[in-house]
Amino acid sequence: MRELFRRYGSGLTLLAAALTAFWLLALVIFPYLGLFEQSFRPYLPVVDVGGPKDVYSFNNYMSVFHNPTEIDFLGGKITVPIHLWVFMITIIYSGLTTIVSLLLCYPIAYYMAKVISPKSLPTFLLLLVVPMWVSELLRAFAWFIILAYKGPLTITLQSLGIITDPVHWTWGLGGYSGVIIGLNYAYILFMLFPLYNAMTSLDTNQIEAAQDLGAHWWQTHWRVIVPHTKPGIASGCVTVFMLSVGSILVPTLVSSPSSRWFTEIIQQWMFESQDWNTGAAYAFLLLIVCVIFVTLMMRLFKVGLADIAK
Amino acid sequence: MPTLPSEGLTDMGKHFFLRFYSFVFLFYLLVPLAVMAAAAFNDSAFPSPMPWKGFTLQWFSKLYNDEYIWQYTGNTFVVAVFVVLVSVPLGTAGAILVNSLTGRSKALLYGVMIAPVLTPGAVIGISTLLFWYKFNVPAGLHLSVLGQSSFIAAYVMLMVLARLQSFDGALEEAALDLGATHAQMLRRILLPHLYPAIAAGAVLAFFQSIENFNTTQFTRGASNTLTVYIGSKVRSGIKPDINALATIMISLTIIGAIIYEVMRRREAARQAALNLE
Repeated sequence: MRELFRRYGSGLTLLAAALTAFWLLALVIFPYLGLFEQSFRPYLPVVDVGGPKDVYSFNNYMSVFHNPTEIDFLGGKITVPIHLWVFMITIIYSGLTTIVSLLLCYPIAYYMAKVISPKSLPTFLLLLVVPMWVSELLRAFAWFIILAYKGPLTITLQSLGIITDPVHWTWGLGGYSGVIIGLNYAYILFMLFPLYNAMTSLDTNQIEAAQDLGAHWWQTHWRVIVPHTKPGIASGCVTVFMLSVGSILVPTLVSSPSSRWFTEIIQQWMFESQDWNTGAAYAFLLLIVCVIFVTLMMRLFKVGLADIAK
Repeated sequence: MPTLPSEGLTDMGKHFFLRFYSFVFLFYLLVPLAVMAAAAFNDSAFPSPMPWKGFTLQWFSKLYNDEYIWQYTGNTFVVAVFVVLVSVPLGTAGAILVNSLTGRSKALLYGVMIAPVLTPGAVIGISTLLFWYKFNVPAGLHLSVLGQSSFIAAYVMLMVLARLQSFDGALEEAALDLGATHAQMLRRILLPHLYPAIAAGAVLAFFQSIENFNTTQFTRGASNTLTVYIGSKVRSGIKPDINALATIMISLTIIGAIIYEVMRRREAARQAALNLE
């Protein structure tokens, strides 16, 4: 603090502190605390708010365990509370999306960082700029069109003679194939760029040294390049997972009759039931999932918060 | 298999698979956008380029005559401008503050600033809505501005912070030693050094705001932005006029990217010429 006053004087320091305080207190900390507090309150008519019935409880969170429903699972049928099921499916498929996009992006990041000629790199980057700056909405909308029943994908494959009957592309994987395809497409560049940035900082001599010492290409990757790329992997995984778990547009646009996403249930509480308190509880569950995931990544890859958010 | 040193990395044949895969990857990224754009010119009631029923520009004129689209575009721009006005000062101030701290307090402050970036937009939207509702501030686009700014300010902070790390603190010292006031030092030394990052942060903030759906959806009340309007329209049946809009947006992106690239090449050529002299 003393350093600050010396460098910027009391007036400027106080101004910077006031602006930062407004940001962090009024826009971040207090709203988050408010969400937490509200999530324990019952949903009451306006007259009862603040009255004797307005007591804290875990009831909003317990709604997750209501409405046991029979669900097809791996060929058999199981009975699970529907919201709990959607919650778990959302987490599992977001994790799957994260892994798939990591696997798809790793070779490209390596290609961009270490293989491509310096002359072609700007063109390659330029071609990535368009899909990157096009909004999430349009990226999801594109797959809404492509995967439509009797849509472009079906027609193309039919004319190539690969399929004969139209296919419901979004109905696979228990109704989530479209969502996974859409999530992967919508957020894949959030995986690519952190990986690429991390790899460019690796000295090419290290790769050559490994090769000179007789390492197989996969040993070079596993023992030299992947360890160096850890901060990028952590950053990409956190971003893709967080965006997938919290996505609303993709599960809305490339849905199937049986695909439900946890954010859609939150929207139901907020807009259809008008029960903001249970909505807050569900939103808080979503936040906890993200916090756990970030912590897990930091532990797993031994990186700090500063490496993840860059 | 050991490969020859140095040549191994640029060798043409060896990376055939990677080269091929990179083409597939670009194809995967770009073709969906091309399909979406092509549908804007198809004379079909469904937003799809196949089956092709003939060329038309009717979807563009339909879009042009849609007064909602114009109104919500206006809303979108107003929100985006306010988000820039709020998040740029907050992010810049935050960066200067966190840059001057050390140890625990720095880590803590940094962690709180980063938290909104790692939080799903829906959570930010709902907490903003509930918080201001306690003070009887109703939902509306003003809350969307505050909700969006909470995490967009963090992007600005990160960009300014990166630039601050390349700043030579001795320049500040020199200015102060030579009798400049703190305000003069800020205006003449520090801010000019930060301007590129602040400008880039402002551009990023603007576009982040325009495309935002999740936070806006929960804070907007009965108002609409373009992204929210289209996003909610899809379920109720979408017409190819949305493809016309998408085509316009993609074209603007391409033009922007080309302008940026031309400027970058010109700058690179200028630098090369300077080095020759």
